[in-house]
Amino acid sequence: MTADLFVVEDLTVTLPTGRGPVDVVKNVSFTVGRDDTLGIVGESGSGKSMTALAVLGLLPRGAETSGSIRLEGKELLGRSERELQSIRGNAISMVFQDPLSSLNPYYTVGLQIEEMYRAHRGGSRRDARKVAIEALERVHIPDAGRRIDHYPHQFSGGQRQRIMIAMALCCSPSLLIADEPTTALDVTVQAQILELMAELQSTTGTGMIFITHDLAVISSIAKRVLVMCAGDPVEYGTAEQVFSDPHHDYTRTLLDAVPRIDDEVAS
Amino acid sequence: MSLLTINGVTKQFVTRGEGVLAPKATFTAVDNVSFEVELGETLAIVGESGSGKSTTARIAARLLEPTSGTVEFDGQDVTRATGKDLARFRNNVQVVFQDPFSSLNPRYTIERIVTAPLTYQGIAPKGGRRAFAQELMERVGLNPDHCQRYPAQFSGGQAQRIGIARALAVNPKLVICDEAVSALDVSIQAQVLKLLMRLQRESGFSYIFIAHDLAVVRQISQRVAVMNKGKIVELGSRDQIFSDPQDEYTKTLLAAVPRINPEWDRRRRSLGRAREAS
Repeated sequence: MTADLFVVEDLTVTLPTGRGPVDVVKNVSFTVGRDDTLGIVGESGSGKSMTALAVLGLLPRGAETSGSIRLEGKELLGRSERELQSIRGNAISMVFQDPLSSLNPYYTVGLQIEEMYRAHRGGSRRDARKVAIEALERVHIPDAGRRIDHYPHQFSGGQRQRIMIAMALCCSPSLLIADEPTTALDVTVQAQILELMAELQSTTGTGMIFITHDLAVISSIAKRVLVMCAGDPVEYGTAEQVFSDPHHDYTRTLLDAVPRIDDEVAS
Repeated sequence: MSLLTINGVTKQFVTRGEGVLAPKATFTAVDNVSFEVELGETLAIVGESGSGKSTTARIAARLLEPTSGTVEFDGQDVTRATGKDLARFRNNVQVVFQDPFSSLNPRYTIERIVTAPLTYQGIAPKGGRRAFAQELMERVGLNPDHCQRYPAQFSGGQAQRIGIARALAVNPKLVICDEAVSALDVSIQAQVLKLLMRLQRESGFSYIFIAHDLAVVRQISQRVAVMNKGKIVELGSRDQIFSDPQDEYTKTLLAAVPRINPEWDRRRRSLGRAREAS
């Protein structure tokens, strides 16, 4: 087997609180390969988002991390802010839940994609604009050449999330971290975005970490699954194993709690 | 005779048109909607954002007045009821909202919160306020000794139980739940749904259950109305809507719901049963 694209080993995140330090992520280990999607699932407070923030070096001030986070063999923990800046949005990029709060309302979407691209890759504005239009076309924004000069509020919620995905992918990252990217969307729009993400992954081979509280979404997009509960990694395996033969009681309870739309209604 | 009859209700909002100097425009949030709710049943209204489901709920709760159409409760037209008539209506129709914390006053004790509907109606509970609050808390599965605590001392699921307890204080005939379980984690959501169903079995009131989550709606409702762009596009029994949808939009909506791989799910259940048997 070739070396994994992305490896997290014994990651522990400690946050200072009024009542002393609290481990919000405890000894979490996982790997993500090329063309692979790891789903991280858990309820609120499970530490799933903190894991993502630790990977990106975006933890709140005062947080302490231990363990190892390696991308293509290179250790990321302990890097300077400057080095992390050059990695974020470039080798590792991210998509968050709320596209409206991630986009600046005062700038056109084109300018925001161009700025991001040039920060990492340099080059002329004209080249960056070409890249931005291509990026918007890749996420199926119709009439991208004209829409690039529009502002975030002129797009629907689903389109805004497409723009975030376009921005995340324009530097051809090795790893994409998506934290609840479809949670704020209507169900029909969610289905379109999930389809788009799967399509883009199959064409680019980007490794993906998909974080959500929604087990049905995880089931439809992840190849492997990590279940977290109160900072602990309680279950880690292929999606098929976790969903068909969960080893941990918490996973079973969680799966039992999900309301189903197809089969018999539990009385 | 139906408990609640919504008859040809339309709600328009005045909006600013496109551009700074554009004339005012009207936006039709709810467009000629009619339905009935029988005593003891649960009618779910589902739809995506902007479908008009919450506006419909607010009109049914008389929190908004319709532009046209009527709301009848127990055979009485309450569309423009005021004073005593409106008070009587509020005694029978209560609402549970999505965000428990923003609908509970953070400076009031739970006792004061859950007995507030009685206070507003000028009713003094038999056996005293404290005993009444404790009984309500017990009904919704909370520790009655906690009735002197404040909302911040409770978790999201517990806070939603407090909201439900408050709705039950006046012994309503209709409880309108507007995305009442949407903000809760899935395990908590399952518990609150069970609670809502148990309370209905015990007291025999009706629910209007507003939700965007079709799987949740399938657990709790007997009839389902599907809304899209202000109109009810399909209304039928739960089983008809979920297994034999007629409207194209309903079909699209159902197809879009993400599902746990059914084969994995079946295998897990049979393994679970085998484990229990051994």
